[in-house]
Amino acid sequence: MAGPAILPSRGLQALVDALLARGYRVLGPQVRDGAVVLADLTDIDALPLGVGDEQAPGHYRLREGGAERAFGFAATAQSPKSVLFPPDELLWRGRRTDDGFSVEPASPADDPDHRPVAILGARGCDVAAIAVQDRVLLGREHVDAHYAARRAGAFLVAVTCSDPAGTCFCASVGTGPRPRAGSDLVLTELADPHRYLVEAGTPAGQALLGALDTTPATPDDLAAADELVADATARMGRTMRTDDLPELLNASAESPRWAAIAERCLACTNCTAVCPTCFCTGVQDVGDLTGALDERHRVWDSCFSQPYSYIHGGAVRTWTASRYRQWLTHKLATWTEQFGTSGCVGCGRCITWCPAGIDLTAEVATIRELAEAHDAVAAGAPGGAPTDGGAPTPGGLR
Amino acid sequence: MTAPLLDRTGTAAAARDHAHRDAASDPMLPRPFRVISRHLDTRDTVTLGLEPLDGVPLAFAAGQFTMLLAFGVGEVPISISGDPTGPGPLLHTIRDVGSVTHALVGAVPGTVMGVRGPYGTGWEVRSGRGGDVVVVAGGIGLAPLRPALLELAHERAAYGRVVLLYGARSPEDVLFAEDLARWAARHRITVEVTVDYGPPDWTGRVGLVTDLVPRAGFDPGHALALVCGPEVMMRAVATALVARGVAPERVRLSMERNMQCGVGLCGHCQLRELFLCLDGPVLGYDRLGPLMDIREL
Ligand SMILES: Cc1cc2nc3c(=O)[nH]c(=O)nc-3n(C[C@H](O)[C@H](O)[C@H](O)COP(=O)(O)OP(=O)(O)OC[C@H]3O[C@@H](n4cnc5c(N)ncnc54)[C@H](O)[C@@H]3O)c2cc1C
Ligand code: SF4
Ligand code: SF4
Repeated sequence: MAGPAILPSRGLQALVDALLARGYRVLGPQVRDGAVVLADLTDIDALPLGVGDEQAPGHYRLREGGAERAFGFAATAQSPKSVLFPPDELLWRGRRTDDGFSVEPASPADDPDHRPVAILGARGCDVAAIAVQDRVLLGREHVDAHYAARRAGAFLVAVTCSDPAGTCFCASVGTGPRPRAGSDLVLTELADPHRYLVEAGTPAGQALLGALDTTPATPDDLAAADELVADATARMGRTMRTDDLPELLNASAESPRWAAIAERCLACTNCTAVCPTCFCTGVQDVGDLTGALDERHRVWDSCFSQPYSYIHGGAVRTWTASRYRQWLTHKLATWTEQFGTSGCVGCGRCITWCPAGIDLTAEVATIRELAEAHDAVAAGAPGGAPTDGGAPTPGGLR
Repeated sequence: MTAPLLDRTGTAAAARDHAHRDAASDPMLPRPFRVISRHLDTRDTVTLGLEPLDGVPLAFAAGQFTMLLAFGVGEVPISISGDPTGPGPLLHTIRDVGSVTHALVGAVPGTVMGVRGPYGTGWEVRSGRGGDVVVVAGGIGLAPLRPALLELAHERAAYGRVVLLYGARSPEDVLFAEDLARWAARHRITVEVTVDYGPPDWTGRVGLVTDLVPRAGFDPGHALALVCGPEVMMRAVATALVARGVAPERVRLSMERNMQCGVGLCGHCQLRELFLCLDGPVLGYDRLGPLMDIREL
C-alpha cells in the first residue's frame, strides 16, 4: 500500500467528485439550524469553513473557529448512526389476500434512488462506533439485514479531530483524536498552507487515493499531523478511567448514586438517540384504514422509556433510577461481556445533549468514590467514611 | 461472567440452526402458517394448531418459543406447547391478556398467521435422565412446560420419579385437564394441582404451589427441576427447591421479558449481560438467582 500523501486544499473537491462519480451519495458536515450535522454534499464550499463549536453538559453553540479550517469543530451533532441505522426502517410490507396475507421483504436497496453512502468527516469516535455497531448488528448469531444492506457499500472518509469539544474524551477510551482502523481514508487537515494529509486504510481507499492528484507526504507533513494530534489530545475536555468499569458497575447495582441521578434525569431518551452505539429498537405496524395493508417498521427505542420493559402486568423498570442504571451499566460494563468491546467511544454527545447536563464521566467517578468509601468502611480501614450516616448503603434504589 | 450458557449445545441450538437456514438472511421476515385447529382450553386461553403454508415443518426443542404475528395487529413471543418428539401441527397455547393475544386467541381455523423462530433455549429435559424430575407450573406457565412433560412421558422409563406441581387461579382455569389425567394414569407422573380460589364443591387443594415443594416426592440430590410461572412465583419455588437441596444449576426457570425481535437485536429482553431471547428464556437458577435478587434489574 502506498504511503501517506498530501492533497492540496482544493483537492478535496476532486475527492468528493471522485466519490460522486463512483456512484456514492456523499454526506459531509454542514451547518443546519445552529448545529453541524451530516448532509448531502457535492460542493466543498458547503463545508463549515471557519466554524467551531462549544460543547459542555447540556450546552451546544457554534462559534468562530480557525479561519482556514473546514473541519475545525468536534463530532457532528448527530452521528453517522442516523444514516447507517436510521431511526425508522421499513422491514416489510404485508398485503391481505383472499386466503391470508403475503409479505414482501423491504430493503433499502429497493429504493430506485438508493446509492451507497460515503461519509466525509467521520471522527475517530464515529469510526469506532461504526465498528461497534458492526459487531452488534452483523457479528452475531442473527444479522440485522437492513443495517447490513446500508453498511455493505459504505465508504468512510474520516478526519482527525483538531478541535475536540469540552465534552469529548476519545483519548481516554482510545478511539481518537486520530481515527483508528476502520475507515477507507483518513484525512488530517494541516495549515500553512492549507492541505490534507491522506492515508488509506483499505484497498478501496487506496484505489480512490490513487485516482487523486497528490504528492507524497514529507516528514514535515507527518510531524505537523503528529503535533496536531498531540495538541488535540491535550485539549480534550474530559477523561474517563475505564479499566475497572465492568467490575465496578456490576458491583454497584445497589449504589445510592442511581437514585441521586434519577432526581435530575428526565428520562427524555436524548442520550440514547444521540449515542452512536445505542442500538435498541422496537417494531411498529403502520396499516391503512381498511386493514388490507400493513407495513412493519423498525424504529429506535430507548431503555429510558417505561414501555421499553413492559410485560403484561407492568414495566420491569418502573423507576428512572433503574433505567439509568440499565443504560450506564449496559454501555460501560455488560456491553464488554456481550460483545467484547465497550459501548462507549467517548464522543461526549450524551453529555452535550442531556437537558439536565448529566455527565457519565462524572457519574462513573462518583460511583467509584462511593464504592471505594463503602469498601473502606466494610474493611474497617482507618480514615474511611463513618458507618453511621454518610456512608453509602446498598439498597439505593429502594 | 462469560461462562458458556446451557444453550450452546444440544437440541435447542440444533433447532435454531435449522430455523436459521430456513429464514434466509432476514430473521425479521415471518413465515405464513394457517390455523388448522382451535381448542378452547379455559375461558381465556386457547390452543391453536398451525400448519406452514410452504409445507416445511418447524422442528423445535421443548421450551423454545416463536414470534407469532396477528396480521395488522402485532407480534408477540409465545412458547410452543406441542409435542417435540413427533410430527403434528405446531401448537401454541395463548392466554388473552391484551391486544395481540386477543387477536391470536380469536383466530378461527383458516386464519393465516406469521411465525418466526423457533427461538431461545430449551428445557434440556434429557439432562435429567437417571434422576427424578420435578416440574412446577403457575398459570399459563404450564404451556411452555407441556412439551417437556410430553418428552418425559415419551421416555418415561429413562427417569426416576416425575412430579408435576401445578397452581391455577381456580378449578376453571386448569389447563390440559385431559393431559394431566393421562400423565397420572398412564405415565406414572405424580400430578398435584392447587388453586388460589376453590368453589365449595372443590375437593382439591387450595393454596400456593410453592407450598407443595417441601412435601413433594422426589430426591433433591438427584433431581432436575423445571419451573415456569410469574416471576415472584418462580423465585419462591426456586428458593424452596434449593432449600430442599436441589443444586441451583439443576433448577431451570423460563424468564419472561419484553421481546420485539426474538433474535438478540432489539435489546428489550436484557437482564444484565443476558439476552433472554438468545441466552434464555430457559436458564439455570445459579445464573438467574443473583440477578433476580436485584430489584428492577
Ligand atoms: C419467551 C416467552 C414465552 C411466552 N409464552 C407464552 C405462552 O406460551 N402463552 C401465553 O399466553 N403467553 C406467553 N408469553 C407472554 C406473551 O408474550 C404476552 O402475554 C403478550 O406479549 C402480551 O401481548 P398483548 O399485546 O396481548 O398484551 P398488551 O398488554 O396489550 O401488550 C402490549 C405489548 O407489550 C408487549 N408485551 C406485553 N406483555 C409482554 C410479555 N409478557 N412478553 C413480551 N412482550 C410483552 C408486546 O409487544 C405487546 O404487544 C410469553 C412471553 C415470553 C417472553
Ligand atoms: S455513551 Fe455518551 S460519550 Fe459514550 S459513545 Fe454514547 S453518546 Fe458518546
Ligand atoms: S440522562 Fe439526560 S439525556 Fe439521558 S434520559 Fe436522562 S435527562 Fe435525558
